Amino acid sequence: MSEKSEQNRLSVFKTYKLYVGGKFPRSESGRVYEVTDSKGKWLANAPLSSRKDARDAVVAARKAFGGWSGATAYNRGQILYRVAEMLEGRKGQFVHEVADAEGLSKNKAAAVVEAAIDRWVWYAGWTDKIAQVVGGANPVAGPYFNLSTPEPTGVVTVVAPQESSFLGLVSVIAPVIATGNTAVVIASEKAPLPALSLGEVLATSDLPGGVVNILSGKASEMGPHLAAHLDVNAIDLTGADADLARELEIAAADNLKRVLRPRTEDFAGAPGTDRMTAFLETKTVWHPTGSLGASGSSY
Amino acid sequence: MTSPFEYAPAPESRSVVDIAPSYGLFIDGEFTDAADGKVFKTVSPSTEEVLSEVAQAGAEDVDRAVKAARKAFEKWSALPGSERAKYLFRIARIIQERSRELAVLETLDNGKPIKETRDADLPLVAAHFFYYAGWADKLDHAGFGANPRPLGVAGQVIPWNFPLLMLAWKIAPALATGNTVVLKPAETTPLSALFFADICRQAGLPKGVVNILPGYGDTGAALVAHPDVNKVAFTGSTAVGRAIAKTVAGTDKKLTLELGGKGANIVFDDAPIDQAVEGIVNGIFFNQGQVCCAGSRLLVQESVHDELLDSLKRRLSTLRLGDPLDKNTDIGAINSEEQLTRITSLVEQGEAEGAERWSAACEIPAAGYWFAPTLFTNVTQAHTVARDEIFGPVLSVLTFRTPDEAVAKANNSQYGLSAGIWTEKGSRILAVADKLRAGVVWANTFNKFDPTSPFGGYKESGFGREGGRHGLEAYLDV
Repeated sequence: MSEKSEQNRLSVFKTYKLYVGGKFPRSESGRVYEVTDSKGKWLANAPLSSRKDARDAVVAARKAFGGWSGATAYNRGQILYRVAEMLEGRKGQFVHEVADAEGLSKNKAAAVVEAAIDRWVWYAGWTDKIAQVVGGANPVAGPYFNLSTPEPTGVVTVVAPQESSFLGLVSVIAPVIATGNTAVVIASEKAPLPALSLGEVLATSDLPGGVVNILSGKASEMGPHLAAHLDVNAIDLTGADADLARELEIAAADNLKRVLRPRTEDFAGAPGTDRMTAFLETKTVWHPTGSLGASGSSY
Repeated sequence: MTSPFEYAPAPESRSVVDIAPSYGLFIDGEFTDAADGKVFKTVSPSTEEVLSEVAQAGAEDVDRAVKAARKAFEKWSALPGSERAKYLFRIARIIQERSRELAVLETLDNGKPIKETRDADLPLVAAHFFYYAGWADKLDHAGFGANPRPLGVAGQVIPWNFPLLMLAWKIAPALATGNTVVLKPAETTPLSALFFADICRQAGLPKGVVNILPGYGDTGAALVAHPDVNKVAFTGSTAVGRAIAKTVAGTDKKLTLELGGKGANIVFDDAPIDQAVEGIVNGIFFNQGQVCCAGSRLLVQESVHDELLDSLKRRLSTLRLGDPLDKNTDIGAINSEEQLTRITSLVEQGEAEGAERWSAACEIPAAGYWFAPTLFTNVTQAHTVARDEIFGPVLSVLTFRTPDEAVAKANNSQYGLSAGIWTEKGSRILAVADKLRAGVVWANTFNKFDPTSPFGGYKESGFGREGGRHGLEAYLDV
């Protein structure tokens, strides 16, 4: 693109929309809020999601859970890797959005986006390994076959980090879905645009609709409803401040949601496995083995 | 009614256990009175005989015990794992040595049959300490990274259904990982925990590493709310678990909860009926059904419903209810008057809602708390007896036609602790087990436990696992 055409041509703005059930709705409330860059310059009007949007997202996530948790781990890995591929191709767009959102230089924003792409690759590889690492056979004292395997918890509400609008976002979504959970994500309130654009990438990565649902707006408005929602199984409070985190943890106790509390975190560091294990259940299956004779085989 | 097959009484001797007229709290290695001098009585539920008078811990005692545990933590957590291991091995061995005494004690205080305390509770208690003893010096290899750290002081609250076994599930992994503990046993069954305190002394366990605080719910509430407790572990009702989760919200306390259940025991038409009947009986009448993972909902394939129910009723009619110390007793006493009232009222509700009640005809002793083995047929998923945890010897029978329907009904519960599958078809076992949202699935067996096998629930049955490598995580800073 030449300098001349940049000067003359009026650019086409994008209407940022939610990502729910594989579709791109506006907020049912019709509300939007102004999103600015780090210097206060207007960037876009983002949907200000309502309680109803949050509930719709839970319905979509629940509907998607059976298929996604039942998909083979290999298949989930392929799809997570496909997300990385799609992101790689749209790197320029995300560098631009992250630079605006977080006030980073082009170079620094590029490093963040690249780390986020690599994070999808990391978790893509985990899908068919985590069960071997955290599950296994238990040598019970009796004639029983006994096997423990991890299973996804279910629908997970994710309060995404407020500051790290993209690397942080990817770092909290990918581990949730890698293991077969489905997610309702509340994006960074002040910097939701990279999250809403991520929805467009997920929609073209063979990820079934509803596996990830992305809402923009206020965590303090949607959070209490999602934390109290009886069809949500777990909540990641990473992006909630201390007061909100406590309020949401109390609400989450009503149906004993699994809660991942906020902690100081460097998303540029090595991710480890604990964000996956936080949203895994362990199922242990017993069956009698019978016996072919007391002495066994000597061969 | 006399029959040539009547059993003569075969009571286990009580003389093996010496219960003192009173017991104190166990804090910092000493038995001590409660600060406010409060005491409560513990009775034998099969006779209503007062067994002993026990000090009742208040908030001040909780504070004293937590301080003792905090003080002990520094040295205990700094001990080489191999030394901690040896203390736990000592405890395991002493439990084995005193196993008969503890079994009789547990039967007296809890009301469950000696057959169960002797053959299930006590062997599992010793095995649990033995298992976690071995982990103490191997934590680097447990899959949580190098040198995983203990959390600090663990506040643990346990129920009355398996008093000593639940103590073992709590204390063994906590100590192996280097934590110190303050444990509150249930108010109706404090004695075995106090005997355990004596075992700690015999083992030479450093003072303050284990503290035992008998008391009621308010003692437990004070313990989990104490600001210097780093870890809370609770086994009990979902209602109390919920309250505890709210108490620790917004703190750094790590929480694991082992709560209620309404386990589905699914019997397919190809299952061997006699084995299934034994499994069903074991599933819901073991420990008078006062088991969180009890198979309290029987889901039976329609085509074998009548045949199975006939066999089941015939089998239930042979169960012997009575003196828990009698070695032939199958069904002991309900643990408390309060629990008996709860069971009775839920059963009345079941009848009022239109489910059909059948109870085994057995003689109910004049004293004590008893409930005859009972089942409900014509139960729908909306009935209270199909939804609420009864925690007693009461089975609700529902039917299904297809495996999909069985799975849907089994999962139609706020709980997700256990489930059973009875079928000869291997692929069906695996397919159904895969779809059940429950932490433990027993196929062609039921109510099996082992220290190496992780135990714990999905959904409102709680979170975290006890047992196995998984059980370490609850007590490590990982």
